[in-house]
Amino acid sequence: MAISVKVLDRPHPETTSYLRASLKGMALTFRHIARRKVTQQYPEDQTDLSPRWRGTHRMEVHADGRPKCVACGLCPTGGPANCIRLVGGEDDQGNRYPVVYEIDEFRCIFCGMCQEVCPVEAIHVGRHFENAEYTRDRFVYDLDRLMEQEHPATLLWDPSDPRSE
Amino acid sequence: METLQPVTGLALILSSAAKIGAVFTTVMLVVAYTTLAERKVSAWLQDRVGPNRVGPFGLFQPLADGLKNILKEETYPARAARLFFILGPMLALIPALVTFAVIPFAAPLPTPWGVVDMIVADVPIGILFILAFSSLGVFGVVLSGWASNNKYAFLGGLRASAQMVSYEVALGLSLITVLMLTGNVTLTRVVWEQQQMGFWFVFPLSLAFILFVISAFAETNRLPFDMPEAESELVTGYHTEYSAMKFSMFFIAEYAHMLTASALMATLFLGGWDIPGPWDDAFWYQGQLIKGFAADGSVLLAAPSVLKTLVTLVAFALKTGFFLFFYIWVRWSLPRFRYDQVMALGWKVMLPVALGYVMLVAGTMLVLDELGMRSGGFAYGLVLTAVSMMATVGFVVFLDRGRTIAGAAAQRAQKVEIKTIPSPAGD
Repeated sequence: MAISVKVLDRPHPETTSYLRASLKGMALTFRHIARRKVTQQYPEDQTDLSPRWRGTHRMEVHADGRPKCVACGLCPTGGPANCIRLVGGEDDQGNRYPVVYEIDEFRCIFCGMCQEVCPVEAIHVGRHFENAEYTRDRFVYDLDRLMEQEHPATLLWDPSDPRSE
Repeated sequence: METLQPVTGLALILSSAAKIGAVFTTVMLVVAYTTLAERKVSAWLQDRVGPNRVGPFGLFQPLADGLKNILKEETYPARAARLFFILGPMLALIPALVTFAVIPFAAPLPTPWGVVDMIVADVPIGILFILAFSSLGVFGVVLSGWASNNKYAFLGGLRASAQMVSYEVALGLSLITVLMLTGNVTLTRVVWEQQQMGFWFVFPLSLAFILFVISAFAETNRLPFDMPEAESELVTGYHTEYSAMKFSMFFIAEYAHMLTASALMATLFLGGWDIPGPWDDAFWYQGQLIKGFAADGSVLLAAPSVLKTLVTLVAFALKTGFFLFFYIWVRWSLPRFRYDQVMALGWKVMLPVALGYVMLVAGTMLVLDELGMRSGGFAYGLVLTAVSMMATVGFVVFLDRGRTIAGAAAQRAQKVEIKTIPSPAGD
């Protein structure tokens, strides 16, 4: 097959002038001075997060303050990023509970599988993203911190209503 | 009516000190706020809001920037020439600030001790002083580029020197027409001649004005001629290796240059502090402050007042502010030229056109003088305006000459030629 080369008829520097184009450009930018601004004033003007936004995790709590988690071990298994550390324990009535439950928010890829697989709807990803910290170790959320989160939980994707309407 | 006298003795020293302090403070303040204006205007041009967090409408942003730059860590490249590395920013900053000294910024101010000229130093060499000092600014750039021991910085310094040499020529030549028309190089005289002619020089010397504005952009290293910085090619050019306050000094120098160039353009071509009409005219003529000449050649004494000084100061600020805005507007509208395009424009267009224009103005003035027309009068200005208009129109038509790059839409419409190169295998 023959090689075809597109040769564009570009303006030659010796025979071109930028005068008209320059004036045109300046007129264009000048017209924009009084236009409506598109800037979103972020901290005051918050973005409406989608109901399916997957952000900072939270742990659901029973009325008596215990975590709903039953330490079944599905979330560390289900998630692909290996970000959840779970050590299960059993109390004297034979109820399983998490002794250690830690999520490394740096490792997490916010796939939402933990929420998807949880049989007791304890762990959730949430509609929240402002989790800046001053030190790296603050990004490993322990059980207490997960239980303190107050933002709304993410709405799971429903195949029968794919656009969440 | 007693004749007005300029201040002398102690009053002169004190008033000069006050003027130096006021001008220096104002220049630094305006420079600081030009950085804010640059960010604000660029934001508006791009449909954004711009900095608005520090203080009302972001008005304290320059203070925050300054504080940050003072507190930042200063770094020195390991193999930099330390002395020149430190000297560079100073050499860039000082000439930019010094040049403002010879620009008159308002009508003379009457005080109980005499009349105070609203200019820091009315040196007899006026414009030459400005040319000399503004060219010195490039030494800072070249020196810092070389001392950084960094190839990008070095290229930036190299470009700065080449560009400065090229455009200094056109700048000087366009100034010659102004000097021919005033017959003097002091800027107070330039303002006075414009008042007397009844024309701001932008009209009788329109082409010189255009050439001067373009050269001034190149002289101040502003887009579209910011070859020494050229972020996309040279990191940031000559100040690549600079940090903290030293970097900030280059920044201040750039804006101070911009301010001086704007004030200079306003003074040379827009009448300086003059407002149209003879109300505010004032000039020291043979020891007397005059506002003009009567028909029989006797002098008309000027009556300076505080109000006139204030109004003319505002007029000067507005004119300078317009050029500052123009600088910013152009920067955020036009892309950077390529290096060879800058050089070609400087040597192949600006220089010959400026030379030709000097000849044209000189010829016109010669003819007018031969005809016995009063030099510097209104009719004189009118004829020059007509001649310059023709030259300007000719220049624009020549620059445009129907061979325009008309923007993206027209580019797409250009014909596309498809060449087919047979492959060696011949399949």
